[in-house]
Amino acid sequence: MNVILTAVIVLGAVGLIAAIVLFFVSKKFAVKEDPRIALVNEVLPGANCGGCGFPGCGGMASACVKAADSGSLEGLNCPVGGSAVMSQVASILGMEAAASDPKVAVVRCNGSCENRPRIAEYDGLKTCRVVHACGAGETGCGNGCLGCGDCVAACKFDAIHINPETGIPEVDEEKCVACGACVKACPRNIIELRLKGKNNRRVWVGCVNQDKGPAAMKACKVSCIACGKCVKECKFDAIAIQGNVSYIDDEKCKACRACMKVCPRECIYDANFPKSIKEVMKAEAERKAAAEAKAKAEAEAKAKAEAENTATPNVTEETKPKAKEE
Amino acid sequence: MRTFRIGGVHPEENKLSHEVATVPAELPKQAVFPLSQHIGAPAKPVVERGQEVKVGTLLAEAGGFVSAPIYSSVSGKVAKIDTVVDATGYRKPAIYINVVGDEWEESIDRSDKLETLADHPELTPEEIINRVKVAGVTGMGGAGFPTFIKLTPPPTATATCVIINAVECEPYITSDYRLMMEKADEIIVGIDLLMKAVKVNKGYIGIECNKPKAIELFKQKLASRPEIEVVPLQKRYPQGGEKQLVDAVIRRQVPAPPAIPVNVGAVVQNVGTAFAVYEAVMKNKPLFERYVTVTGKKIAHPGNFLVRMGTPMIQLIDACGGMPEGDNKLLAGGPMMGKALTSVEVPVCKGTNSVTVLSGDDAKRKEAQPCIRCAKCVSACPMGLEPYLLAKLSDKGEWDRLEKEMITSCIECGSCQFTCPAHRPLLDNIRIGKTTVMGIIRSRSAKK
Repeated sequence: MNVILTAVIVLGAVGLIAAIVLFFVSKKFAVKEDPRIALVNEVLPGANCGGCGFPGCGGMASACVKAADSGSLEGLNCPVGGSAVMSQVASILGMEAAASDPKVAVVRCNGSCENRPRIAEYDGLKTCRVVHACGAGETGCGNGCLGCGDCVAACKFDAIHINPETGIPEVDEEKCVACGACVKACPRNIIELRLKGKNNRRVWVGCVNQDKGPAAMKACKVSCIACGKCVKECKFDAIAIQGNVSYIDDEKCKACRACMKVCPRECIYDANFPKSIKEVMKAEAERKAAAEAKAKAEAEAKAKAEAENTATPNVTEETKPKAKEE
Repeated sequence: MRTFRIGGVHPEENKLSHEVATVPAELPKQAVFPLSQHIGAPAKPVVERGQEVKVGTLLAEAGGFVSAPIYSSVSGKVAKIDTVVDATGYRKPAIYINVVGDEWEESIDRSDKLETLADHPELTPEEIINRVKVAGVTGMGGAGFPTFIKLTPPPTATATCVIINAVECEPYITSDYRLMMEKADEIIVGIDLLMKAVKVNKGYIGIECNKPKAIELFKQKLASRPEIEVVPLQKRYPQGGEKQLVDAVIRRQVPAPPAIPVNVGAVVQNVGTAFAVYEAVMKNKPLFERYVTVTGKKIAHPGNFLVRMGTPMIQLIDACGGMPEGDNKLLAGGPMMGKALTSVEVPVCKGTNSVTVLSGDDAKRKEAQPCIRCAKCVSACPMGLEPYLLAKLSDKGEWDRLEKEMITSCIECGSCQFTCPAHRPLLDNIRIGKTTVMGIIRSRSAKK
């Protein structure tokens, strides 16, 4: 009995002392987390994709709170949630959201088997990183898509897939959140995040081949040869040649597609236009032809009329004074 | 007999062209000179389109401190300065020359007379290094590091000996062996020059015991020269690696990078480099031709050629009976460390010691199976690394861990992949990890 009592008293005393110590220690070393971080974290999508540049949504939340304390949310953007989420975040933090236009991943290569002849067979580990480190790959183009799907493996949103017919990845616009994982995964910098554009309509150069014209032409049927026709054609100063390849600045581009009409290599692509550029050009050509035909017919009619007039000069002389009188 | 102490493998030798005497290769119709044939900055062209050049005319000057000039190996007219697919598989800037005749610069001594160091007391170490630098001599073993830099050790290290790498452990290749058999006297003078340049009086020549004739020849020629020692070595790959050779010959181990062999007192030079140094210093002949082995089991007449740089490889293959039928794998270098090419028009460069054609099953990789954790790769690694782990970490992108596991020590010899019973692509992954980690280290030191 005595033993039990002693044990209870000793343990109870130890427990009490420990509780008192812990109470004061927890007060002294309390970690103060800004409650706003948890609130912000709640509205973030929770995909932890890292597209914002921070390690996961938690990192982004603390970065937002920190940025709000220093006065501005500029430069912070959740590519998954877009401006909707960012305005929510801003309202929690009592700030104004920096508006950001939605972006989408764009694959800038169309070197399918048909367009780009294979000159060698690669035998080894089939990941783009390794193929890129080994050499130019199976084709004569040292900049084009290798088709091993590192971007597909990197995508957490199931938004990019290799088209089995072309061997080139295609982006599912609905699913793509522009987190940029594929951009980082691609060893050849073929994938780019570009503005979605008005009504999702956008135009881009689908080639990154930096070789000079003849070499680029030999390597691929749809390679940019840096001829500069598109640069001249663009009214908005949106196109420039950088390193033997044409590049359209998506901030300046008005998606008029004038460049597409003149590109001799057909390596400028568009998305979500109701009519393809070929249809538009065909319609334009038809309209032009019709107008020309009309003009020609009119000219012919006029010539005919004139011919008739000269044949019957009396009539003209009679009609002229009449017109004057009127 | 000595060899290095950690790891190593012994691939089938296949030295098909061992006893085939070297012949000069035919001049090409058009020679192409890529501007980056060495480690370091690409050379800068100093010729213009349409300019007439002779054999030995400077085409491009060094583009930085770690760089080397490039000289013409042919006479003719500069056709264009454009790009060419080189051994890396990518298009790189290059100078094209349409060959006309074979006219040499008059400054080059074309006589066969052997010049010795005793005949030229005026050659100071600085003068030797300067001539080597001006002649554009780079390491002839394959990596192509500018030789003059290796001859000027950093102030923190003192050289105590010169080790000549005449190991040629890579299967198929015989160009160094042929050079030793045919130019032994010149090589010995080259070694004298190298020893004088780094101010040491001890030299070693490491030769693998599968070349008994070369060992015999050099022992005979150096009988009265105790300061240069011929060291016969066991057959083992990668004995030709600098660090392995230092370990095998003088029993010293080079610490992990950034340490280099000279930190333990050794200056390692390839036997081909010794010959190039002789020609550059004594004959005033810049580096524009070299010994190249053309080989392969299906090649009709494997052989050794004295090739002017810029010659397309297909011309050499044609001279040996042409490309075998069916699918072939064309390598610049041997089967272990050689680089697979995507074009037969790739020109011979300063570092091209061999053109190897693998056919049939030799050209194909076997299907990779799951790792069975046998640790054969660990025993084979000559740097004492754990290849299976490095490959796995590299695949997962764990760069910090890779740095701790000393991935930068990897010499990319491929012993791990060669020995793997599951045919796993170990080196493919490790190489990615190594380049990434080196990039991270570089950017970190750039920030500091």
